[in-house]
Amino acid sequence: MEEYLILMRLDILTKENQPSPEQLQIYMQQYQEWVNSIVAQKKFKSGTALSTEGKVIQSDHIITDGPYVETKESLAGFIMILANDFEDAANIAQNCPILMGEGNSVEVRKVVGIHKEKEH
Amino acid sequence: MNHSDLLPNLFRTEYTKIISVLCKQYGFFQLEIAEDIASETFLTASQTWGLNGIPENPIGWLYAVAKNKAKNFIHRESILYNKVLPVYQREKNITEIELDLSDENILDSQLRMIFAIAHPSLPLESQIGLSLRILCGFGIEEIARAFLSNKETINKRLLRAKNKLRENNISLEFPKPCELEERLSSVLRTIYLLFNEGYLSQVQDRILRKDLCLEAIRLCTILLENNETNTSDVNALLSLLCFHISRFEARLDGEGGIILYGDQNRELWNKEFIKKGEYFFFQSSKEPKFSKYHLEAAIAYWHTRPEDTGKKWESIYELYTHLLELEYSPLLLLNRAFVLFKVKGREAALEELNGVELKTNPYYYSLLGELYCDLEPEKAKIYFRNALNLVTKDKEKSSLLKRLAQI
Repeated sequence: MEEYLILMRLDILTKENQPSPEQLQIYMQQYQEWVNSIVAQKKFKSGTALSTEGKVIQSDHIITDGPYVETKESLAGFIMILANDFEDAANIAQNCPILMGEGNSVEVRKVVGIHKEKEH
Repeated sequence: MNHSDLLPNLFRTEYTKIISVLCKQYGFFQLEIAEDIASETFLTASQTWGLNGIPENPIGWLYAVAKNKAKNFIHRESILYNKVLPVYQREKNITEIELDLSDENILDSQLRMIFAIAHPSLPLESQIGLSLRILCGFGIEEIARAFLSNKETINKRLLRAKNKLRENNISLEFPKPCELEERLSSVLRTIYLLFNEGYLSQVQDRILRKDLCLEAIRLCTILLENNETNTSDVNALLSLLCFHISRFEARLDGEGGIILYGDQNRELWNKEFIKKGEYFFFQSSKEPKFSKYHLEAAIAYWHTRPEDTGKKWESIYELYTHLLELEYSPLLLLNRAFVLFKVKGREAALEELNGVELKTNPYYYSLLGELYCDLEPEKAKIYFRNALNLVTKDKEKSSLLKRLAQI
């Protein structure tokens, strides 16, 4: 089993089709089901949705409030999973409910421990 | 706590509060931005709660996130940074732009929002649409269903309404004492229409209709929470709405057809709402006032009395007469004619209907049918057939056909 990071990116500037209150409820249930299905496969390590508050530290050590995304996409959250290989991890990520929203994306990255040898 | 409709319920109550506070604090011209911030807050909630579980204090969580989103937005927007912030800091004399989501400020913001959206210069259609979206937290689809319309049309309508708010320079200031009465009467008219939108609607969706009525009642209670808007008229309107909604379940049959007053199952009348109506009616009679709402509330009060006494119908007749002095309407005359039939019999009612022109109203013809059925059965049949041509619901058709067969 290898560790993978699933990053969820949310397109927050698309104003069209704001979800209805009932849709929001469905989204929430879909996330619950998604996470539960990963837990059921014993592949869930940890995860969180991010608060919108944060600090940004720049290279000159100036700390500002943030993150203030200028880009279309903001990081909505991430989860750490265990998977057999990239394909397995991508399959799990594919079921992430965030993908139902237009403009949203999910990124899968393999976590390479520094104590391990880098794989090429 | 049942979480199966947690988000829709929170949306109904909190969406409007977040928007109202944002608008009061950052300027009304940012209405769309306030809507976006509120919508995003809920979107974030749906994801986070799905991933991490539901927080212990969901409302507190929503407020915290809305505050942050607002702060981020303020920082992000250079226009605001240069325009709003200097003014804001000069006025408030503070450096931290914290959104004030205290109960007191929420109430004040909501009141201002109610006054702004029910501004007399806005077309009524815009007022009702904006009320449902911004004051009641209805989803676009729900509003479309309530108006038998579609999402695109409603979105366009709301956009037009928001443009009107800007064009007419409507502010979020609490009305000045000299204009309070006029502005409040505009608010009451809007609430009254909102209620009727649910009560008299052709929409089949019973729950949606009842929600509309309950929202109108909720807006009224917000007005009562502030001394300046806790007036005799507001109490009268609230009393009227409570009396009306007490018969909501008894009025509708399984197919959404109307069950006439005389045929209603009185066991289904909601006693709680009748009690509430009586309480607010009592509150409204503390001042010797006779607005349209006082008269209508009194008529509605008599309708909540189950016993069919002479006094009941005579009182209702008197009240209708006063109402007609305030504003003439053929529908009021039609209602009064029915009451007159109860009080003085057929002849008087027929005389009353002489000269009333309601050629497109099925109830006009069915009342005429009722009045003629013992005197001139052939004439009665013609009137019932006229009514039959005007009704749309199968249920109404079948009850008229039954009536025809009895003659």
